Amino acid sequence: MIEIRGLKKAFGELTVLEDINLTINDGEIYGLVGRSGAGKSTLLRCINGLEKYESGSILVDNVEVKNLDRKGMRNFRKSVSMIFQHFPMLTRKTVYENIAFPMRCWGYDKSTIDKRVKELAELVGITDKLNQRPRELSGGQQQRVAIARALTMEPKVLLSDEATSALDPVTTRSILQLLRDINEKLGITIIIVTHQMSVIKDICEKVTLLDHGKLVVSGPVDELFMNQPEELKTFLGEEQFHTEGEGINIQIMMSDDNDSKKILSKMSRELDVDFVIINSEMERYRDKYLGYLIINVEEKYKERVERYLNGQKILWRYYEMANGEEM
Amino acid sequence: MSKYLTQYQINFWERILAPAFSATIQMVLITTIMGTLLGFLVAVVLLITDKDGIRPNAVIYQIVDFIVNVIRSFPFLILMVFLLPFTKMIVGTSIGVKAASVPLVVSATAFIAKLIVNAMQEVDHGLIEAMRSFGISEAQVVFKVMFSEALPSIISGIILAMVSILGATAMAGTMGAGGIGSVAITYGYQKFNDTVMYLTAAILVIFVELIEMAGKWVYRRMK
Repeated sequence: MIEIRGLKKAFGELTVLEDINLTINDGEIYGLVGRSGAGKSTLLRCINGLEKYESGSILVDNVEVKNLDRKGMRNFRKSVSMIFQHFPMLTRKTVYENIAFPMRCWGYDKSTIDKRVKELAELVGITDKLNQRPRELSGGQQQRVAIARALTMEPKVLLSDEATSALDPVTTRSILQLLRDINEKLGITIIIVTHQMSVIKDICEKVTLLDHGKLVVSGPVDELFMNQPEELKTFLGEEQFHTEGEGINIQIMMSDDNDSKKILSKMSRELDVDFVIINSEMERYRDKYLGYLIINVEEKYKERVERYLNGQKILWRYYEMANGEEM
Repeated sequence: MSKYLTQYQINFWERILAPAFSATIQMVLITTIMGTLLGFLVAVVLLITDKDGIRPNAVIYQIVDFIVNVIRSFPFLILMVFLLPFTKMIVGTSIGVKAASVPLVVSATAFIAKLIVNAMQEVDHGLIEAMRSFGISEAQVVFKVMFSEALPSIISGIILAMVSILGATAMAGTMGAGGIGSVAITYGYQKFNDTVMYLTAAILVIFVELIEMAGKWVYRRMK
């Protein structure tokens, strides 16, 4: 378990992290999302001690990271591994040697190294590339090598710093799937730093949004999406929809169950009211499909629609228009 | 062979040019090897005591860095004269190949130390950080990561150093060390013998080309 309490970090005068409180449970896939410069990478680097922090505490399995001495830190880093955006490799060594490198440095014996390199190569799907040089591989393959290398020390936690940001969407998806397999097969906690909301949607169970070094919102990904707090909307910079007609706009959230997906036709039939659909979207969140509908209702039906939606226990809200007026 | 060459030319080749050639090769090789060994030691001291190094030590770093820079800023001819007392102290004489090799090695050491440090500092910082994130020790980062990654650049730097060492041996000739450069000056320049001048120049050009070719081959194999 990783517990971060009242964390503060500054580079000279510039405060990059302030009052960060987080708990990440074992086996979770946790997302840290935010714009460039929000402090998410710095936060990640504090967890494995690549960055020092001024005050507050980071407990990883009850070990205070900042209290570790040189030797303790080296040992600690065996259990908290990391992958990076540009998957840095030893350019003069083969893929095999790159994966084996941390183990060689830690003095593992040859047969153990050989066995584990082959196991991990199989796990990440690069068995046929072991004798090639990293630069002969595509970006996605290189990131797979980096993942295998990060797993050699049998870590409990894997930190991913923008690991898919340099990859195309299809490759990104396959790398995320790999991370998820690893999470499920090996039970490794994965903390993902990204600026791509699609990464969060694809594999994270929980997410924290950071802005200007502060924690803005935190919670399970599907819940956050259903509740759509203002801060999240601002981050997503969602398009606002204009309507020409009068009336009120209502956003109806649709979760995975069929009832909420059929709500519009049912409501129209039962209330005998016509609606205008302004926008609708469904997206996959991990394994669930979530979405929303924005409809326009004539003013006179407002109360009946409200009562109906509340009666059906459907999550809904008035949808604010682009000019900022509540309708 | 004697059909085409006069006895004088044969004698000149056997007694002057061939020994000079071997003296030059000897000086270049000894200087490069010694300079590389000592330069590597100096580079390690600089890397370790650097402010981002394993054991930052501003005093040692500044002193070593200063000495290296001073040596590099001396024109070789001046360095040679400047080091005469030191040379005499070390090898007991101030003339001949032995004496010339002292300033040659000193100058090569400073040059090679600097190029090793530069090559190693050019290694991708992300790679070094990644290695640290695996709990690899700082010493292993320096020797197994930085040095290994920088090796091709270090090799090509040393080749570059060899060419300038070759140039320096010509000046060392004035200390009675012999060598091709010395022949060019004594028999070509001072005796107004253009043939000898061009001949020695051609030999030097071929020599440089050979060094460069060998360097490129090694670099390609290492990369």
